[in-house]
Amino acid sequence: MSAVPQQGPGSAARLWRSTDARRLFSCVVGALVVAVITGPSGSSSSPTSGFTGSLFRPRALVFVALGVALWAVMTSRRRFGDLIRRANDRVVAAPRQLLANRWYRYVVYLAAFAFAIWYPTILSGYWQEVLVDQIGVFVLLALGLNVVVGYAGLLDLGYIAFYAIGAYSAAYWTGALPIHPPMHLNPFWAIPFAVLAAMLAGVVLGAPTLRLRGDYLAIVTLGFGEIIQIVATNLTGVTGGAQGVIGIPHFSLHAGSLKYVWHVKALPYYYLLLVFVVIALAAFRSLERSRVGRCWAAIREDEVAAEASGINVLKYKVMAFSIGASTSGFAGILTASKIGFIEPGDFTVQLSILILVLVVFGGMGSLLGAVLGAAVLQWLPQLLRVHPLFGFQPPDLFIYLGALLVVMMIFRPAGIVPSRRRRSEIGLAEHGVGTADAMSAAGGPVA
Amino acid sequence: MSLPALSATVTTRADAIIEVDHVTLRFGGVTSLLDVSLVQRRHEILSVIGPNGAGKTSLFNCVTGVYVPQVGSITFRPEKAHPVAVVGRKPHRVNRLGIARTFQSSRLFNALTAFENVKVGVESRFHTGPLGAMLHVPRARHEERRGDDRTKELLEFVGLRDRADEVASGLPYGDRRRLEIARALGTSPELLLLDEPAAGANPAEKAELSSLIERVRSEIGISVLLIEHDMGVVMSLADRIVVLNFGEVIAEGTPSQVQRDPAVVEAYLGAVNENGNEPQGGAGDAGAVTPTPPEASARSGEDRPSSEER
Amino acid sequence: MCFTQNFWNLFISGIANGLVYALIALGYTLVYGVLQLINFAHSEVFMSGGFGGYFILNAVIGSSQPSGLASVGFVVLGILGGAVAGGVVAFLLERVAYRPLRRRNAPRLAFLISAIGASYFMYNLAGKEFGRDAVSIPSPFTNGTVFTVFGAQVQTYYIVIAVATLVMLVLLDRVVAGTRLGKGIRAVAQDSQTASLMGVNIDRVISQTFVLGGLLGGAAGFLFGLNAGVVYTMGFTPSLKAFTAAVLGGIGNIRGAVLGGLVLGVAENLGVACTQSSWRDVIAFGILVLVLLIRPTGILGERLGRSA
Repeated sequence: MSAVPQQGPGSAARLWRSTDARRLFSCVVGALVVAVITGPSGSSSSPTSGFTGSLFRPRALVFVALGVALWAVMTSRRRFGDLIRRANDRVVAAPRQLLANRWYRYVVYLAAFAFAIWYPTILSGYWQEVLVDQIGVFVLLALGLNVVVGYAGLLDLGYIAFYAIGAYSAAYWTGALPIHPPMHLNPFWAIPFAVLAAMLAGVVLGAPTLRLRGDYLAIVTLGFGEIIQIVATNLTGVTGGAQGVIGIPHFSLHAGSLKYVWHVKALPYYYLLLVFVVIALAAFRSLERSRVGRCWAAIREDEVAAEASGINVLKYKVMAFSIGASTSGFAGILTASKIGFIEPGDFTVQLSILILVLVVFGGMGSLLGAVLGAAVLQWLPQLLRVHPLFGFQPPDLFIYLGALLVVMMIFRPAGIVPSRRRRSEIGLAEHGVGTADAMSAAGGPVA
Repeated sequence: MSLPALSATVTTRADAIIEVDHVTLRFGGVTSLLDVSLVQRRHEILSVIGPNGAGKTSLFNCVTGVYVPQVGSITFRPEKAHPVAVVGRKPHRVNRLGIARTFQSSRLFNALTAFENVKVGVESRFHTGPLGAMLHVPRARHEERRGDDRTKELLEFVGLRDRADEVASGLPYGDRRRLEIARALGTSPELLLLDEPAAGANPAEKAELSSLIERVRSEIGISVLLIEHDMGVVMSLADRIVVLNFGEVIAEGTPSQVQRDPAVVEAYLGAVNENGNEPQGGAGDAGAVTPTPPEASARSGEDRPSSEER
Repeated sequence: MCFTQNFWNLFISGIANGLVYALIALGYTLVYGVLQLINFAHSEVFMSGGFGGYFILNAVIGSSQPSGLASVGFVVLGILGGAVAGGVVAFLLERVAYRPLRRRNAPRLAFLISAIGASYFMYNLAGKEFGRDAVSIPSPFTNGTVFTVFGAQVQTYYIVIAVATLVMLVLLDRVVAGTRLGKGIRAVAQDSQTASLMGVNIDRVISQTFVLGGLLGGAAGFLFGLNAGVVYTMGFTPSLKAFTAAVLGGIGNIRGAVLGGLVLGVAENLGVACTQSSWRDVIAFGILVLVLLIRPTGILGERLGRSA
């Protein structure tokens, strides 16, 4: 695979063009980029200080060494990429085979559930908060977006808008907004209304736009996400404007003799969240294996053929979209009621992208992938915040996430826990068979 | 050129399963179909032939609702329902009415197994929605079973039972064609549109496909509208043939009628060569094919007894 | 009507804004022509143009107040700085985020996701290295009213934009219609397979198309920054609007991108006059949704492979 550099004129050029040399170049440059990312920051008055501080220091040599080491490994093990991939697959395959047996599966689920119930009790208060606010809620959000992106193959970049709708519904029905509802509800009983509102928004946004081609859909949803934020900021009389809304009460449950109030503490919210995550997991799993899931897979594979086989493509796309929207809306009302305070600045496009990263990293179309991806990627930054390592600075998070997205797409588009079907699709697409997503020209030349 | 009056070949209106009535289809400056009319009888295998670019697939696309013709109408007459106008309906609705199709380049769901491919077609008629699926209601479970049973039947019918769990992309060429037919059959059509099912198939595969298509008609009673370039297949299967050229119908009739039709001969300038294939390249494309005088084409017709039987 | 009172002012400034949008839109349209993909990360090309122009003028002008011929020189310098920055970033973007995916025949969703990742990477990195606060570009000229037309004030800034954009459009036209690269772009846009069979080096054409779009987008970043300042988040909104402009005029259509930009710029201004400045972005977005729903091919229609 590597060209043997020969003597004589032009040998330098030939050396440059050899794959190994290029790989070395890429590895070293990549290492230096990592050095810069993890290095000190610059500022507007000294824009080069970040670069000089990262590169013109001994630490840069460490990175270069690491880069060269990586290159050495990659070159000596020719099929390095496949090696990693196969290792990843093997790690995933063994448990997967175990889980194929129904009874093992139930045991594992029970064990996982028991662990999930027990573990938070030994965490500190701070970490319990993180578990709910940063991890749990985002697991739910990732599961919801997974239905849209992973099952139906639709790129929704405005996912946080539905979260906002859920949150503002909570504010509305509990009377915290400037405009008042016909009756005041406890946020717990407002949940169905919030979910319904988000679902309706999904249908209203989806019905006209889901006919569009994938990249146009992405831009439209992106714009929608922006719009929701702008509307929330501008319509002060309705949404409380830029300062937001305070005084959203916590969940409380009064049913007959049963009375329970969720207070400020995180743990009760965690258990509520756990219940809903489990419900979502079960529901989405059933969905995936049902007729609906197969329709989505067909649409992802070949929209034209799906339509010709009697599938109302638009209906199923809207369905996926609104299921995702409802999940997002639910997460919104949960957070709003826990924190008690919401403002338009909470609902940024950046968050939509973050959730996308979680799903893509974990594995599009894979339930376990969505949960793991969200858990890992949300937990790591928190961990690094408390135990700073490698020069990680919290404001730089999206530098890493952005790079992660690019790297994932190049090396492992199916995610770390790929759904079997999805990985098959992507593998096929790379060999020129099919398109592996719902993004090719919809209704293009039919032949 | 004048066509034999259509009413002479179709006895009663009710006999027709589909009527294409003076359809014209234009894209910007290009006229893909010009005043095309045809009538297909119930349980008939009607073949549409013509050089590349003649408009055959465009015709299919009009019939299935993918394209909307500017002029004309298409009426579908299901056996047990009222006649329906096809134009203006979306493709999935057209499929629901009872018209199914395959594509020129097999459009299978490549990452799904053969079984799943067919099941998708079968399930399109079912009603389980997301809520039913999530709650595993009795109807959902019942439909799963029915879907599985019907899928197995169809795979058996096309001869793919043994490959049911193979991923569709891994299937050999002829099997892919058959799988696509099975999926189309899953949607319970009365009319099946096949777009070049034998293209690229070897002789053994072609023979299998031909017999499959005949069984579709004789055992299930489905009418078949067939685009095909392979004249051997056409001659052996078709009850009648419609010839398109440059978007217009230039001939229509039984295979032997069409073979002798001077307009057809002229359009094909070299007529049918020894392989039994049409020359590719369209009318007047003398560069591609050596022109042979009409007597020669008649002779080549005699060399192939099958065309006489019809 | 709500905008008739101030119409000509709104119109003139709308044209100026629109020209900037047009420059960015051309980047989208050119890349779309050869890849049939929207380059999501074009917003950061725009942003780097802003910083490029800023750094150059900051170093060269400092706190002086140039005028006359020196102003022209500085404007040109700023535009070059922005354009080069944009071109370099576009080049790198194509190499790192797009080419590996093209090699692997990746599904289109992967390109989009990769571009999103690249975009987030770049602008956050810019924030880290160059500071997260906004900076203003030292002005290469003294801004004032040059003349009035129909009672509307035409500022120096507008003249600068108009002249610069005009020059760049003419240059672009020459490149696309006359040069080998231009022919390559048109060929690849029409039919990349045949083009490669005809000896066109697809990789190089794509790379150069990115750079071309990057030069224009980067220049736009500088021009935009002259007025609005430069900040690491500046790419998002103007680019979203420029995308709207590209679609409005007809994606893949160069003249369409310009027309779309102008129409959007004016419509946005008039709309804001009728409502409130806080609704500015909503108006632009509303136009996007309407265009995509009603006439997705745009005013002049999708046009791949034709120079105009």
